[in-house]
Amino acid sequence: MSHGDLRFEPVQLPFDAQALRQEVRDFLAKMQREGIYKVGPAGWAEVNRPFCLALGKRGWLGMTWPKRYGGHERSELERYVVTEELLANAAPIRMQQAADRQNGPLILRFGSEWQKLTFLPKFARGEASCAIGLSEPDSGSDLAAIRTRGEKVDGGWKVNGRKVWTSSAHYSQYMTLLLRTGDKGESRHGGMTRFLIDLSWQGITIRPIVHMTGEHDFNEVTFDDVLVPDNMVIGEVDEAWKQLGTELAHERSSPDRWTAQLHVLRQLVDEVGKEPDRVEAQSVGRLVAHLWTLQNMSASIAGMLDRGLNPSVEASIVKDLGTHYEQEIPHVARALIGEGRRARLPDNDAFSNALRYNLLFAPALTIRGGTREMLRNNIARGLGLR
Amino acid sequence: MSEMRDVLIDSAARLFGDLCTNERFEVAERGGFNADAWALLEATGLTRATLSEARGGAGADLGDALALVREAGRVALPLPLADSLLAELVLAAAGLPPRSGVGTIGPVVDFVRMDAGEGALTLVKRAKGWELSGTLCRIPAARNAGYLVALALLESRWTSVVVGGDALRRAVVKQDANWANEPRDTLTFKRVPLPADAVGKPGEGYTPATLKFMGALFRVVAMAGAMGQVLRLAVQYAKDRVQFGRPIGQFQAVQHQLAILASQVAAASAAADAVTDAVSNGPAHFEIAAAKARIGEAAHIACGIAHQVHGAMGFTYEHELHRYTRRLWAWRDEFGTEVEWAEWIGEIAARLGGSRLWPFLTSRDKRLPAAKPGASQRKRAVAKRPAIRPTVAGRKPAAKKTLVKKTVVKRLRVKS
Repeated sequence: MSHGDLRFEPVQLPFDAQALRQEVRDFLAKMQREGIYKVGPAGWAEVNRPFCLALGKRGWLGMTWPKRYGGHERSELERYVVTEELLANAAPIRMQQAADRQNGPLILRFGSEWQKLTFLPKFARGEASCAIGLSEPDSGSDLAAIRTRGEKVDGGWKVNGRKVWTSSAHYSQYMTLLLRTGDKGESRHGGMTRFLIDLSWQGITIRPIVHMTGEHDFNEVTFDDVLVPDNMVIGEVDEAWKQLGTELAHERSSPDRWTAQLHVLRQLVDEVGKEPDRVEAQSVGRLVAHLWTLQNMSASIAGMLDRGLNPSVEASIVKDLGTHYEQEIPHVARALIGEGRRARLPDNDAFSNALRYNLLFAPALTIRGGTREMLRNNIARGLGLR
Repeated sequence: MSEMRDVLIDSAARLFGDLCTNERFEVAERGGFNADAWALLEATGLTRATLSEARGGAGADLGDALALVREAGRVALPLPLADSLLAELVLAAAGLPPRSGVGTIGPVVDFVRMDAGEGALTLVKRAKGWELSGTLCRIPAARNAGYLVALALLESRWTSVVVGGDALRRAVVKQDANWANEPRDTLTFKRVPLPADAVGKPGEGYTPATLKFMGALFRVVAMAGAMGQVLRLAVQYAKDRVQFGRPIGQFQAVQHQLAILASQVAAASAAADAVTDAVSNGPAHFEIAAAKARIGEAAHIACGIAHQVHGAMGFTYEHELHRYTRRLWAWRDEFGTEVEWAEWIGEIAARLGGSRLWPFLTSRDKRLPAAKPGASQRKRAVAKRPAIRPTVAGRKPAAKKTLVKKTVVKRLRVKS
């Protein structure tokens, strides 16, 4: 990026995106008719195995992966459109999100042939979830500070330590785990290795860490002399840092960084009704203008990734703007639909439930997947200031 | 962006660079007109580049015109090029012949009232020609313009008219300016006679509603250009200015402010790119509204941070930062503030309802939902769907267009 020339050129999709969007919408309508899901307070973050299995069957997990690994050999841009539709429509994809977006591509890029043949098809069918083990009690934004160790033993590695804030571990079969296996070196980025872990192995304990929303998503995962065979090392020993860069660029540019609260916005529009007063129209219209802009920026980044560029700074910008936007939605909603009006809504009203959940969940949005502060450091680096 | 457009803009950027001297900024600042610089623009064909070939221009399309306006915004060009190009668009849409010199347009405020017929210019047929009466406020560069394209009511039909330079200057009753000291004059016409060839077909061409959209579009791209420059200046200043023994850009507090500035500029740029793309593919009312709403907010944040980073230096008249920030503050208010456009969008969203909102946003051709007649007691921004068509180029054979454009570029190169 040369600063001052931040360009987010409109993406030209080389296929009929409208038709593909409609396919996804029809599929979601069918799933809802069949009672597989209904839009819950958490939107796309709802946990739902039957839906994920149906999604896999439909060919919308592992979309871009080779067929021999259970994939469907569709383009990155097609995957982008499908993902955006699923997220924007609050389809409950949470269980397969990490496997589809991060762990699968990580294994595909750096893993062994045996790993690809063994694990990717399970991810693509939607039958196995895969958690991500990065953060630790003393290692949040500062990932290089991890202490959980892998010690070389005959035929494999002996793992001891503790991961925290591990989403989804309690229902996942697998986890990709970042371990200290050697010296940090001067850059502090050496001596780390990524492993694939089967969470049913001996010595692994998973304990819930309940959110302030009352929901169980986070876990603490402890490793007590866990033996990991050599064939579960992903890529090169001690070289995991290099793998993380592309992984995070993909994570940060994904449309889930501005869609988490769209179901609240939709419900707000309905709650406001067909004849908004001026303040209601202005507040809702402003949110819609932001949404239009974010959608264009996000799609533009998908186009850059498709052209082989590495839009790491642009992705940080979209995540920073997108998560800020997500945090605004429940606060605008609560100001427009005041306490008195909310009191008169029926019990278990979808808008009330979603507003409550998302207002309380909002602080997490600018922390997970790279804090706002880390993103801004990255943007400043792109401006040539660091 | 097409390769030809790149070449056109590169050439224009070089010429603009030569034209933007301190002396010329001073002339513009005092409400004057840089006639010599305008003559240079005319000599290169740039002022006519976006006229269709049938109108004696180079047949550049609306996207090219917008790219030019964006570049003019980037350098805070001290010439009324953008509104002159806009005036030609309105003129062409009315089927009136092109005019020479600086063009300007009206109305530029009170669109909602105008659409209801309140405060509009009126046109009356006389035995010989026509008579124009009424008042227009805040007309860009009216005192310096060679002609005005105005929308007037003939009975109940909007009609485009052209007022020549002499009559125009006689009509200026008050000289005023926007925040950036760009001239914005009040005109009063008292039964001003107009010849037959100065009046378009009644009911054809633009209405105040469509003009508001097109004007907002022009301001959006100009603002995106100026915001890019604001970011560039702020980052450079943070690298150069040393305090406490190091460049202030090394302090994380400053870095994070600049990161926010960059994000807002990125959003502005993306909105401008997306709306340019959308108007090239058909009507784009929603996109124009969304872009103006988003960029107005972005400009507010970006200008605030840029000034904070520049400290006292950026607050001086001597420093160039205000050339961009004052224009951004002014353009933010012209052709609808971000609040006005957000309200328009909010009403569209309300009519769509929650479930149709996302499908609408992702559709290529965004069909605006109709308002129920009499559904609201309140007077609202115009909801009907005026036909904005990119009328600059029409649909000419691409090869020919490219050829003509090449000659403009060649001429530009020679001059710059």
